[in-house]
Amino acid sequence: MNDDMTRRSFLKTGSLVLAATAIAGPSGLFNASPVEGASGIPFKPHAFLEIGTYETVTVWVGQTDLGQGTHTGLCMVIADELDAAWETVQVKMALAAEPFKDPLWHAQLTGGSSSFRNRWDLLRTVGAAARQMLVEAAAEQWGIPGTDCVAREGKVFHPDGSSLTYGQLAEAAGKRPVPENPSLKKPKDYQIMGTDRKRLDIPDKVMGKTVYGIDFAMPGMCIAVVARPPRYGARPASHDAKAAMAVTGVVQVVPLEDRIAVCAETTYAAIQGRNALDIKWSDGSSPDLNDETIAAFFKKQLDQPGAVAEESGDAEKALTEAARTLEQSYTLPYLSHAQVEPINCTAHVEKERCRIWMPTQGQTATQETASRLTGLSPEKVEVMTLPAGGGFGLRGEQDAVEDAVLLAKTLDRPVKVIWTREDDFANDRFRPASHSRIRAGLDKDGRVIAWSHKVAAPSVMSRVMPQAVQNGIDPDAVAGIGDMPYSLPNLQVNYVMIDLPVPVGWWRSVGYSCNVFAVESFIDELAHAAGKDPVSFRLEHMEKDSRPYTVLTRLAEKGRWGSPIASGRARGVAVVSCFESVVAHMAEVSVGEKGRITVHRMVCVVDCGTAIYPDAIRAQAEAGVVMGLSTAFHERVRFANGGVKTTNYDGYPVLTISEVPEIEVHIVENPIKAGGIGEPVFPSVTPAVANAVFQATGVRLRDLPFQKDLLLKG
Amino acid sequence: MLTLTVNGMKKEVDVDPGTPLLWVLRDNLGITSVKYTCGIAECGMCTVLIGGEARRSCAIAAGDVQGSAITTIEGLADDHPVKVAWIEQQVPQCGYCQPGIMLQTVDFLSRVPSPSEAQIGEAMDNVICRCGSHPRMKKAIAQAAVLTASQGG
Repeated sequence: MNDDMTRRSFLKTGSLVLAATAIAGPSGLFNASPVEGASGIPFKPHAFLEIGTYETVTVWVGQTDLGQGTHTGLCMVIADELDAAWETVQVKMALAAEPFKDPLWHAQLTGGSSSFRNRWDLLRTVGAAARQMLVEAAAEQWGIPGTDCVAREGKVFHPDGSSLTYGQLAEAAGKRPVPENPSLKKPKDYQIMGTDRKRLDIPDKVMGKTVYGIDFAMPGMCIAVVARPPRYGARPASHDAKAAMAVTGVVQVVPLEDRIAVCAETTYAAIQGRNALDIKWSDGSSPDLNDETIAAFFKKQLDQPGAVAEESGDAEKALTEAARTLEQSYTLPYLSHAQVEPINCTAHVEKERCRIWMPTQGQTATQETASRLTGLSPEKVEVMTLPAGGGFGLRGEQDAVEDAVLLAKTLDRPVKVIWTREDDFANDRFRPASHSRIRAGLDKDGRVIAWSHKVAAPSVMSRVMPQAVQNGIDPDAVAGIGDMPYSLPNLQVNYVMIDLPVPVGWWRSVGYSCNVFAVESFIDELAHAAGKDPVSFRLEHMEKDSRPYTVLTRLAEKGRWGSPIASGRARGVAVVSCFESVVAHMAEVSVGEKGRITVHRMVCVVDCGTAIYPDAIRAQAEAGVVMGLSTAFHERVRFANGGVKTTNYDGYPVLTISEVPEIEVHIVENPIKAGGIGEPVFPSVTPAVANAVFQATGVRLRDLPFQKDLLLKG
Repeated sequence: MLTLTVNGMKKEVDVDPGTPLLWVLRDNLGITSVKYTCGIAECGMCTVLIGGEARRSCAIAAGDVQGSAITTIEGLADDHPVKVAWIEQQVPQCGYCQPGIMLQTVDFLSRVPSPSEAQIGEAMDNVICRCGSHPRMKKAIAQAAVLTASQGG
């Protein structure tokens, strides 16, 4: 009992006690991770890790792998400290449970590039503790001190060269107390971290074996599509349920609050049934909402003073004393996540439990939603996280969970809710649009002495985490300004919260995705105004030898900044520090006669602390360039008649292969705590391109997506 | 009753012949590697080979391909050069778009066995990958071409 207690109170980051909650057993359809009491598993020192007699090391993960290689990376950290043999390591997605909650955020969710940086000590400690227990078990068997033994690749070695495998030691190790403070490796001793292992999920993806959320099926399940309001605030005034029921395969039409679900035996029948509903919708809350009224509203709001989000020194006073002042405005549009797998969720509600199968980024939120709708306690909601076809922030949303649970209750059978692509564009929680106006002052030596920055943007936090909004400030909406990588003596940031019916949500790199475009474009404009080189100007305003200083210096070197360049081409740079990492981009572009911008080469330098899994970091950096260029040239959600006008990819083109430039990625060696990667690789792409276009043409592009008519010659 | 030949096997399905092949494969035959994404033949994720030609199954009526050989990603051998190259180059991120893109690659390489980068760009410009796996896709296509040539295929 004592040992069990010790095991269950295994320390987590800091020294808080980890209370493991017993969860319902496997569903039979999904790998569940019994947090305790696993039968046939001799050694389970923590909910994250099991070692079996047959040399299997199983890492249970609670983080969602949306394609970044997170699962493989999590295994690499634990396996390295464990000194496991890599080929024995397998990864399994756990049922949502207490031990998988974020140690800092106290909820199980995947976002903010947090999977490693919020678990850096915890993951390593789990592996190291298990290694110590295995070594002690071997030492006891041999009757020698543990310090005489060495662990390597899944074995513990005796000084005489003989060895015992982890499988042979598992049972004895499982009887030992879990050490509270096992010694962690020095970075120089890492064997697995910093090397390129093949991603564990890729073979199944290539063979077509991966079952994504939308592919999930279970006996008795029906499929539902839901007619949602085409305009914000609209409600169905009339519909033809009979016509829908007449479609072969349709089993039930279920009106919900402001929407109507059609449940059927197949997806196609459900879609056809919905088409037959012939719904007449009310006008909704704002029938006049469209691209023009939205733009006008932002413009007007930007003239409001807003709330002071950050203040250091006295920017207004410094502006009056400046030798020269500059003012510019930047605009960014609403963006769709456009993740390729449409939103979906399968639910089965029973008397004592509710089961959810979903490609979710937000397990705790899903448990809470289903609990609220069923009256079951959150622990009775079993969330099975299925592989996801992209996410980029959208998959924490609960709309499909609500519908699936409500319908599963109504029909008393498992229901899979699927959004069509049209549903996905119409009901996305968009990346907020953002307009900003910046005024800055330069002294006579061309140094920035004042920066006054006003942002008008909708607030994501007001909906998802209202307690984070204090005094009218959504901290995400101003991210990237007060914490820009420059030391400025007088800085003020004001925020005007935009209140429109368009729902907004988290999107790759969150507030940085907007504000870094403005900050990094404007700093470039200031460099030009000061008559200085854009790289030197940035460096002059950075703390010498800080991480951004090092990254930008490396970028200039790797990108051959200042070296001769092919005729017609020009370079631009941008840098960002966010999610505990620093990234800088250099773009090399040319602009054709008709204003067509060609990006020839992108150089990316990344400092994400310990580079756990370099190939996955490179893949993310490549992906950041592609998505960044996509938003630079193409992406913008359109609105008309009180709702979303964009319906499908034909109206929301994303970057395609012929537009993808040569991409070079350089990783700075910095063996500190691991930082984020999925988010930080995005924000500095667009300003680097805009700055390069300015070098090439003398034209500043201050609105996204770029309007090429500004670049037309003559 | 329709008879479809999928990966060399005859399958009988009781559906309206006008049903898009995509949904017949996914819902009636359980072949979920064929992905639904846009439904308007814009993205390429539902691509299958029909008589060796890459076609978008969301825009084909199942009744129109009776008697044709339909190939999905499962119909390619595990050591098919395209699969080998895709693993070797670590192409997929979320992976959802990859089966369709790989099948389009098979068709492309059958017509253009040693493509230039420009030809790859042109041939694969009508598919979507939101994750941004394109740089690796380019490398994998080039590698698959080399592997195919070395197999004498």
